[in-house]
Amino acid sequence: MASSSKSAVSGWSEARRKIKKSKALYAMFAFPLVYFLIFHYAPMVGNLMAFQDYSIIKGFFGSPWAGTKYFEQFLNDSYFWQVVRNTVLLNLYSLIFFFPAPIVFALLLNELRLQLFKRFVQSITYIPHFLSTVVVAGMLVNFLSSDGLINQFRGMLGADSITFLSMPEWFRTIFIGSDIWQGLGWGSIIYLAALTGIDPTLYEAATIDGASRWRKMRHITIPGIMTVIMVMLLLNLGHMLSVGFEKILLLYSGPTYETADVIQTYVYRRGLIDSDFSFAAAVGIFQSVLSFVLVISANQLSKKFNGARLF
Amino acid sequence: MTTKKTWFDGVNLVLMLLLIVITLYPLYYMGIVSISSGGAVSRGEVLWLPKGINLQAYKYVFDDPAVLRSYGNTILYTALGTLISLVLTTLCAYPLSRNHFYGRAIFSLFVIFTMFFDGGLIPRFMVVHGLGMVDTIWALVIPTAISVFNMILMRTFFEQIPEALHESATVDGAGEYRTLLQIVLPLSMPVMATMFLFYAVGQWNSFFPALIYLNEKELYPLQIILRNIVIQGDMASQTTQMGADMATMSATIKYAVVYVAILPVLCIYPFVQKYFVQGAMLGSVKG
Repeated sequence: MASSSKSAVSGWSEARRKIKKSKALYAMFAFPLVYFLIFHYAPMVGNLMAFQDYSIIKGFFGSPWAGTKYFEQFLNDSYFWQVVRNTVLLNLYSLIFFFPAPIVFALLLNELRLQLFKRFVQSITYIPHFLSTVVVAGMLVNFLSSDGLINQFRGMLGADSITFLSMPEWFRTIFIGSDIWQGLGWGSIIYLAALTGIDPTLYEAATIDGASRWRKMRHITIPGIMTVIMVMLLLNLGHMLSVGFEKILLLYSGPTYETADVIQTYVYRRGLIDSDFSFAAAVGIFQSVLSFVLVISANQLSKKFNGARLF
Repeated sequence: MTTKKTWFDGVNLVLMLLLIVITLYPLYYMGIVSISSGGAVSRGEVLWLPKGINLQAYKYVFDDPAVLRSYGNTILYTALGTLISLVLTTLCAYPLSRNHFYGRAIFSLFVIFTMFFDGGLIPRFMVVHGLGMVDTIWALVIPTAISVFNMILMRTFFEQIPEALHESATVDGAGEYRTLLQIVLPLSMPVMATMFLFYAVGQWNSFFPALIYLNEKELYPLQIILRNIVIQGDMASQTTQMGADMATMSATIKYAVVYVAILPVLCIYPFVQKYFVQGAMLGSVKG
């Protein structure tokens, strides 16, 4: 931002000189510029189709305007509360259970004495991160089926077989549990990196003062990684509403819509399966605006409380 | 920093061992099922060790033309997609890393804004559709070519290259292109390797763009076939050759396909782990 305020003072000829000097850089940047215009900004403008009776044959410029009809339709839709509630709850539970897991894991890893063992645990727990959503969903579908792995274990304990994936009350647990399985190790990397940045003399001083391990963790380690935790929290809030949508798409089914159907899956179903393009776009706008408001407020909040911010 | 061994160390050790088991067992289980006999699997006899070891399931998988074709497609998409992503990300990150790039702040905002405000699924679909990319390879490799997160990592790395190197290159008469190609990129190999791996794994595992943009079965990537077989249990193309085996073989075939899909990633992982971790840690520097 500094350069733009300076240029206001120095005038047009100065600006022209600078532009000329950056000519080669503009030529490079032209490609990404066009990319972002076409695949990110054009769709933003394209959202106006939510105010049209969009027809794929007439296209964006030929379709008639329809006002706020589709927004009203969504707000009065019987699915409205269900998908909003599911989106909010799934993300809230994820924030409560998934977000802290890698932090706790990093703290536990940090307490391991044997460096070789620590590295081994790390290498192993990173692996699931590289599996595709389809593979993870495929494992879940098969392990949780009525004659799947989980029910085989249940059978050994004398319990009845459960068809987990057709029971709405299990969906959130399965979704977040598998997220933790897949993301625990990888998510811890950033915190481990922050841990190595803590000044070791702090620990030495604390040891001399007779601080226990627990107290050192509470008063040195956790404050030491607090900034990183806040930044990660912000990033998470920003992406909150769109995360995990592909996995839901692969795991949910009619019987579990009650807890599993979120805004994005609803957009996908109504828009790309049923071809209600304008209606789906209206629902999509609702989601984009909601998550944008969420990022901005999270950013403001954190700026106020501890100075960590994204932009 | 010597503290005596406590009960906590014991509990921690047990926890970590448990975690290793929980992480690896599902993968191990799929492996042993895929090489066991279908009958033993359906009787629930394969939990810890393979039984009736054979490679029949893998034979079925590799005899399936749909799987083979999708495998080839995925290799092509991954190669082309990674290349396009790397080039575009570099062309974005380099100018934004240069101090004298006039308008840098505005362009940065222009790019980063897209991280927080999503254009939305339906309008993006319409744009891709309108460009005639549906049912072409381009729909998979271009619309998601630049990850802003990756771009920020790369830009941060470029910014750490001393300005003096740029100046001496300019004095020697090198323009921006030569400086980028001959000075900046050779010095940025670690971050380029990381980006390469991030994009390559992303393309290899990518599923959703193919789901919405491809109708043509010939173009399906591996992940779509994988979903059809493993999640939807659709083994239409195998039924003819399998006949009566179908029922007992189905679990072994599913896990064999999973293994065929994840093996390349698992095989290169130990050798490139360093670069992945590096990338994840660069994230902590943030943009």
